[in-house]
Amino acid sequence: MNPFMRGMTQPRTRRDVFRLAGASAAGLALAACGVQGQKAAPPKADAVADFWAKQKKNGKVVFANWPEYMPEDKAPLEKFKQDTGIAYEYKEVIQENAEFFGKADPVLRAGQSLGYDIVVMTNGIQLQHMIELGYAVALDHSKLPNFQANAGQKYKERAYDPGNKYTVPYTSGVTGIAYNTEYVKEEITSIEALFDPKYKGRVGMMADAQEIGNFGMFALGIDPEKSTEADWQKAGEKLKAQRDAGIVRKYYDQSYIDAVSKGDVWLTMAWSGDVFQRQLAGEPVKFVVPAEGGTIWTDNMLIPKGAANPLDALMLMDYLYQPAVAAELDEFIQYVTPVPAVQDLLREKAKTATGEDKKALEDMVDSPLMFPTEADYAKLRSYTRLTTQQEQVFNPIFQSITQA
Amino acid sequence: MSRTTRLGDRLLHLYTWLVIIWLSSPIAVMILFGFNDKQSKSNTTWQGFTLRWYAELFDISDLTVALRNTLVIALVSTVVTVVIGTMLGLALGRHRFRGKGVTNFLVFAAISTPELVMGASLLSLFVSGNVPRDSSTIIVSHVLFSLSFVVVTVRARVVTLDPALEEAARDLGATAWGTFRQVTLPSIMPGVLAGAMLSFALSIDDYVVTSFVNGSTVTFPLWIVGAVKTGIPPQVNVMGTLIFGIGVLIAIANAVAARRRG
Amino acid sequence: MRRLTPYLLALPSWMWLAIFLVVPMVAMASVSLQTGNAIDGFAMTFSFSNYGDAIGRYSPQLVRSLVYGGLATVAMLVIGYPVAYWIAFKGGTRKSVYLFLLLLPFFVSFVLRTISWNFLLSDNGILFGTLKGWGLLPADFHVLATTFAVVGGLTYNFLPFMILPIYVALERVDPRVVEAAQDLYASRTAAFRRVVLPLSLPGVFAGVLMTFVPATADPINAAILGGTANTMIGNIIQTEYLTNLDYPTASALSFTLMAVLLVGIFVYARALGTENVLEAAAR
Repeated sequence: MNPFMRGMTQPRTRRDVFRLAGASAAGLALAACGVQGQKAAPPKADAVADFWAKQKKNGKVVFANWPEYMPEDKAPLEKFKQDTGIAYEYKEVIQENAEFFGKADPVLRAGQSLGYDIVVMTNGIQLQHMIELGYAVALDHSKLPNFQANAGQKYKERAYDPGNKYTVPYTSGVTGIAYNTEYVKEEITSIEALFDPKYKGRVGMMADAQEIGNFGMFALGIDPEKSTEADWQKAGEKLKAQRDAGIVRKYYDQSYIDAVSKGDVWLTMAWSGDVFQRQLAGEPVKFVVPAEGGTIWTDNMLIPKGAANPLDALMLMDYLYQPAVAAELDEFIQYVTPVPAVQDLLREKAKTATGEDKKALEDMVDSPLMFPTEADYAKLRSYTRLTTQQEQVFNPIFQSITQA
Repeated sequence: MSRTTRLGDRLLHLYTWLVIIWLSSPIAVMILFGFNDKQSKSNTTWQGFTLRWYAELFDISDLTVALRNTLVIALVSTVVTVVIGTMLGLALGRHRFRGKGVTNFLVFAAISTPELVMGASLLSLFVSGNVPRDSSTIIVSHVLFSLSFVVVTVRARVVTLDPALEEAARDLGATAWGTFRQVTLPSIMPGVLAGAMLSFALSIDDYVVTSFVNGSTVTFPLWIVGAVKTGIPPQVNVMGTLIFGIGVLIAIANAVAARRRG
Repeated sequence: MRRLTPYLLALPSWMWLAIFLVVPMVAMASVSLQTGNAIDGFAMTFSFSNYGDAIGRYSPQLVRSLVYGGLATVAMLVIGYPVAYWIAFKGGTRKSVYLFLLLLPFFVSFVLRTISWNFLLSDNGILFGTLKGWGLLPADFHVLATTFAVVGGLTYNFLPFMILPIYVALERVDPRVVEAAQDLYASRTAAFRRVVLPLSLPGVFAGVLMTFVPATADPINAAILGGTANTMIGNIIQTEYLTNLDYPTASALSFTLMAVLLVGIFVYARALGTENVLEAAAR
């Protein structure tokens, strides 16, 4: 009998067990203390240049994205392969920003590679953490000519990543108000409708702290991009009063869209792309950016630290900014594209299309949900930008309302 | 048997079917929307009948791969869980041994650990051990959270058994293995089968733990949760329908076979 | 060899549990005593106050979870026991077929089941919409976004986990014993209480363990079916972990939850007089 087996089978006192547990606990406690801070100083410009100077085209790129964010035939990627000779692997592995970050964090912290060259994340807290922790590779803009030429100006000056140092937009969306026209007989224009007692129990709000926080601030005339702690407190009070008055039915994740299209809620905070798809399905829902303001969010491409093929990744990012490619993507995704020229391209395409395709394309081109107007853009703000310390104040204010 | 008894039995029979129908009711909606001739990405309002999604079932290649991954993972993890879980269930239900209390505690702890915590801590473990994440880490994790369910179910069966039976077999000269195969296993079989079904159901539908330990392997539930953002394609409903349909066929085949035997 | 048998039987599971459960749990225990934040890092400070803070902040959700989990467990027991009883004694050759049918809906993704329930239970959907049309329900009647929906959802989702172990225990009982008991005792009720029920207790215990514990920790049903005041502790742990990246608080809450559940199960085992079944808590 080997010693191990003997250890397992012979009488053993309880103290032994504890000693064993104690030993492994000590070992692990040490390991756990290895959760060191990684706050990264912004890389120096020449370090970035050095990094990119060393990169070579490897003929391969791994793209991690959300499901249904690329046409089934992967046509844009196929064309990229033909034009550049770079083979692609496309993986629909991102389901949720928080979970994706939760999964990526320990891997990147340990200095290991995620195995992806491009990942797509929304400009929320998790993306900010990616950047702060140095998990995103600084981009070389000299290799992004299409982005420079074709991205809309608004997509080049976003507060969460000034100068697009680490990210370029993949697609955008707007958070506004959706309402069911079978139940709401008036034209909704103001955010105050969400706080109106006559819709008691029929209002949906979003559970996400950043989303609902922004709407609390819009209602008080506060610009979330310039807000302070005192503003958040005020917004929190406004939202708490709304809840205590029984106006809110539920704090939703994306399931709000089913609720409003079936009339479980009559009006709700909503994302533009969701509502657009329901309209195409003929459901009685309308979307509006309230007069007081709405939120614009963006799903962004970035190169994670440790990526094996950064240069190929950068080439693909830039490739997707060709108007024709962007148009193809947007026709499928049906959110807001960062490339304004797409609208004209789709309009052209609608002229030659026939039947249902023509109708669908025309609906897209004319929809402010896919192509917001200048007036819409003027009302749109990003999420509140928070430092780690501020986050610890901001989150509890709104979570104590949505998760009571 | 008295008449009231038979009436009671019939009512219970009816009741059992009502419970089955209640549990299956959402499946009916799922099947229905697999035939929906939808015009936009959203598949939530009825827009006419079509068989299109059946014809285009495997058009979404990533979804097809995800489904295949899920089935393989569920099968493998069920087999592993049932084997080692039955062994532990037997040990706990039948034998006295040192460490039994600790083992019972761990079985309980595995059930009560919130899924998210289990997933996150497994990921940390794999990362610190530099274990690449793929189907095998998913299987390991699924075995972990299904194990307790098999153990508890098997143990509940074992404790009701009469040890005298096995002793009799051994007195009659059967070997330990022979006794197990001829006497013990058949008598705990209902528990083993129930455990296997629970374990399969837990694995095939897991989202949270899998989402941490999957690396770049995508499973059916993972793909669907991600697709909610832009609208779940009807192929998902069709695949769900096929899983359900195959299940029903297996059930019918079993029932027929049982009748023949009976 | 006979003395070795239990150790050999337990060995593979032991290894599995030791590596994949105990090690992470010890790490989690360590994290629960640390302070710091995700960006600047966490340091071990043996901050036992993490527990006090977490419990102080989230005791309403913790208590609520126990209440919901308990209510759902009772509902599952009441609904599930007769089913297990009938299948075990009257299911004949088709016993396993019935069990399989009970579990089959759970082979299909919870996302699809959820979407379907939302469709069926919608305020003006095919069920309530029709009843409202007939004037059988008031216009503002709704089930979604209520406590009832959350407890109902928990009951629905864990019911097979109650039925199967009870069935497994009952199936062992010889129907002739039951009939003899019915002859022996004056009423069927008495026969049931004196003979069948005690024999099924191990199954009931297993069923409660397998439903009460995960139902109490479940975040999904509250998130999907609840309203503004139905948040459960599972949702809080999720938010603290994934959104706030407050790993110490999330770990402390998880341990607190496990401890509370363990005490609950222990008390229940005592009350049921089945310590022999769960020696876990006792020794």
